[in-house]
Amino acid sequence: MNTLRPATASELLAAVQNALADATPLEIVGGGTKRELGRPFQAGRRLELSGLNGITLYEPGELVLRANAGTPLTEIEQALKEQRQELAFEPPDLGPLFGEAAGKQTIGGILAGNLAGSRRIKMGAARDHFLGFNAVSGRGEAFKSGGRVMKNVTGYDLSKLMAGSWGTLAVLSDVTLKVLPAAEKTRTALVLGLDAAGAVAAMTAALKGPHDVSGAAHLPLSLARLSSVSYVQGAGRDVTALRLEGPPASVAHRCAELTKELTQFGAVEELHSMNSAELWREIRDARFIVSPQDRPVWRVSVPPQNGPGVAEKIARALGASWFMDWGGGLIWLSVSKDIADAGATVMRAAVGDAGHATLYRAPADLRAVVPVFQPQAPALAALTARVKDSFDPQRILNPGRMYADV
Amino acid sequence: MPAPNRAVLARRDRIVAALRAIVPGEGVIVDDVALRAYESDGISAYKQKPMIVVLPGTTDQVSRVLKYCHANTVKVVPRGGGTSLSGGAMPLEDGVVLGLGKFNRIRKIDFDNRVVVAEPGVTNLGITNAVQHQGFYYAPDPSSQIACTIGGNVAENSGGVHCLKYGMTSNNVLGVEMVLMTGEVIRLGGAHLDSDGYDLLGIMNGSEGLLGVVTEVTVRILRKSATAQALLLGFASNESAGDCVGAIIAAGIIPAGMEMMDRPAIHAVEDFVHAGYPLDVEALLIVELDGPAIEVGELVARVEAISRDCGAIYLRVSNSEQEREIFWAGRKAAFPAVGRITPDYLCMDGTIPRAQLPLVLKRTDELSKKYGLRIANVFHAGDGNLHPLILFDANNGELERAEKLGADILRLCVEVGGVLTGEHGVGVEKRDLMPVMFTEIDLNQQQRLKCAFDPLGLLNPGKVFPQLHRCAELGRLHVTGGRLPHPDIPRF
Repeated sequence: MNTLRPATASELLAAVQNALADATPLEIVGGGTKRELGRPFQAGRRLELSGLNGITLYEPGELVLRANAGTPLTEIEQALKEQRQELAFEPPDLGPLFGEAAGKQTIGGILAGNLAGSRRIKMGAARDHFLGFNAVSGRGEAFKSGGRVMKNVTGYDLSKLMAGSWGTLAVLSDVTLKVLPAAEKTRTALVLGLDAAGAVAAMTAALKGPHDVSGAAHLPLSLARLSSVSYVQGAGRDVTALRLEGPPASVAHRCAELTKELTQFGAVEELHSMNSAELWREIRDARFIVSPQDRPVWRVSVPPQNGPGVAEKIARALGASWFMDWGGGLIWLSVSKDIADAGATVMRAAVGDAGHATLYRAPADLRAVVPVFQPQAPALAALTARVKDSFDPQRILNPGRMYADV
Repeated sequence: MPAPNRAVLARRDRIVAALRAIVPGEGVIVDDVALRAYESDGISAYKQKPMIVVLPGTTDQVSRVLKYCHANTVKVVPRGGGTSLSGGAMPLEDGVVLGLGKFNRIRKIDFDNRVVVAEPGVTNLGITNAVQHQGFYYAPDPSSQIACTIGGNVAENSGGVHCLKYGMTSNNVLGVEMVLMTGEVIRLGGAHLDSDGYDLLGIMNGSEGLLGVVTEVTVRILRKSATAQALLLGFASNESAGDCVGAIIAAGIIPAGMEMMDRPAIHAVEDFVHAGYPLDVEALLIVELDGPAIEVGELVARVEAISRDCGAIYLRVSNSEQEREIFWAGRKAAFPAVGRITPDYLCMDGTIPRAQLPLVLKRTDELSKKYGLRIANVFHAGDGNLHPLILFDANNGELERAEKLGADILRLCVEVGGVLTGEHGVGVEKRDLMPVMFTEIDLNQQQRLKCAFDPLGLLNPGKVFPQLHRCAELGRLHVTGGRLPHPDIPRF
């Protein structure tokens, strides 16, 4: 496939206009780590954004950073780290999940997927930190939305729409983000030996409490064993993890209080900064289900209290391995490669209409026949298609990646 | 506003009869006096008596009303609490106002999932009131929270003094049930996190009633912080107060609220509320820190030290809940306090990159002198959202001058890298300034999105967009036969 690598916004505009004129669909690629996510589709050219890179504005005192869409996330994270700041939504690195190297992804790719890590429950997703952008629509027009200020209701908030649209509406050329101070200290309380229901009960108690928990995840024993954090790996039991972040004295105090409260659920241990950071990176990146690579992977979002029931129902029916984040609201599952529909029927019956299940990883032939994204009710599906029409009427941007004909 | 459709006005009786068949009893208002109650929202300079007001009580009724209006090309203006400060709910002469006042129940309180499901007519404060016995609250807190509704908050993406730390409405809404102009009912999100398809929920927040009518809202609720303490900091110049705000954030501290007032605002407020504000300072900051007691104590000490470095000439820390509330009472009464010293005022709502504050205040002062109208400034300093209050007397023929001054201030906000509106919405008030910030292409793309929701343009027309285009015209793609739309751009 012919690959285009624009180095400026005007080259990007020309590339999209040419595709429109030639009626040649484009595959939009950032770091290339998540190309296998979504329905397989036909593209005549590959549009790589790696040439559009670099941080163009960073004002730590104003909590704002602007970068070209193809900027490697690692470059942004490094610049933020030097000022003791971070992207508070904790963008995951899903490269290894798709058999790619770690550290390859771009800020544009993160935003296109609206990806967020464990801090989602407290700080929101990528979309909640996405202040504004410049982009080229499938109509071959350069347009913008939002701005660089924290508070803005001028016109529709198209940043939200771009986040999670997987490159099907417009090609981002630059993006502006809200950044926040990084926590000075992190500690994690581990409760050992809880089943899924017990874990969600403990996480719910912690999340309802006054201790400002910024991560709540549960690893069944078989997955906890895979952790590189020795305490977790050698726990010999299911591990439920609760994270506290903030100024040192505050974290120590809150962790002591939380630990006291959690003892009613089970034995509690504490992880300090280094081990905490590693454990939450593993959870963020879903590393427990990266291997074996031939197993299909699902990402399921449900109300937290539904988590245990959904996870266990699916595990029973499909023999899936799974772990939970977001206090029970996010379930990552991997299933046997020999299940005909990768378990879609069971998965979506278990979720019902209270949430959604996305087939994150599967061979292309499966993704061609199993709906990768949660199927939509007819009125919503029709609206989705009209929204696509309004940005990309000729279907030249990642056509069909999310839904057939969209 | 769009020219009234005479044919629709001529059919008024038939429309009333049809609406009465859908919403029985007192739910359709046609009486001239009763209609007057709906002629404006929170911005009384814009008045228009609506053709009809309809007050449905169920989603099915909303759906049937919209379906009927769609089929009969009748314009519809949705209305929540009617507190908009931009004319978002201003009626149309040939339009039906769709009031959501009957949707006033909380449907579900779910502490374990940390969500509340409310009907759109529930007030913002009503949600907090329903959950505070368990130590929870709903975070966005616009000043009108006693009267404004959660449905209106979604429409405007309302903010408040705590947005820097806790986000605006869009960051706190997880789901809606809504009705499209065609009458179709759709659900977006729910008690789970993140959208599965396009984030249409994100678009609904701040869509100013142009995309759909929200009939149910799911919001996340937060556990109230264990403690909160506020500091009052006085400065000899706006510039040093602005520097202090930057220094606090640069030190890695995100206060729960950080508000600034200039000298005219301080004096107006102190005369009204007697909050004990110092009168010999040029600028006053209220900085609120919340969290566990041990953390708040530490942060208060850090902010004290920073403020001294920035040259604070007045410093007071709240020592009780009562004292903290008094600090805020002044700020929260700033608009009525200014209302006491002037027959009329206009409240602007631009947001700027905070570092531009000294420049913007200086140039605002110059504009104030040029137009001969006084200005008091209150400012959500943490997130750069300015509220200059322009003092004028409409009976003295000063409205037009005040509006021109306001427009100049908003142009200035955009010029320094900011935006026209931070939380009040575009509505009617700032509609004609949209081209200052957006190109025609930008605005057309936004209107195309509107077309996806409301192809006939019947829902709240005349708001937000300075020029209305027909959807068919916007949808046309000017590429044919392989010819490039911009042949001057090099191919590669």
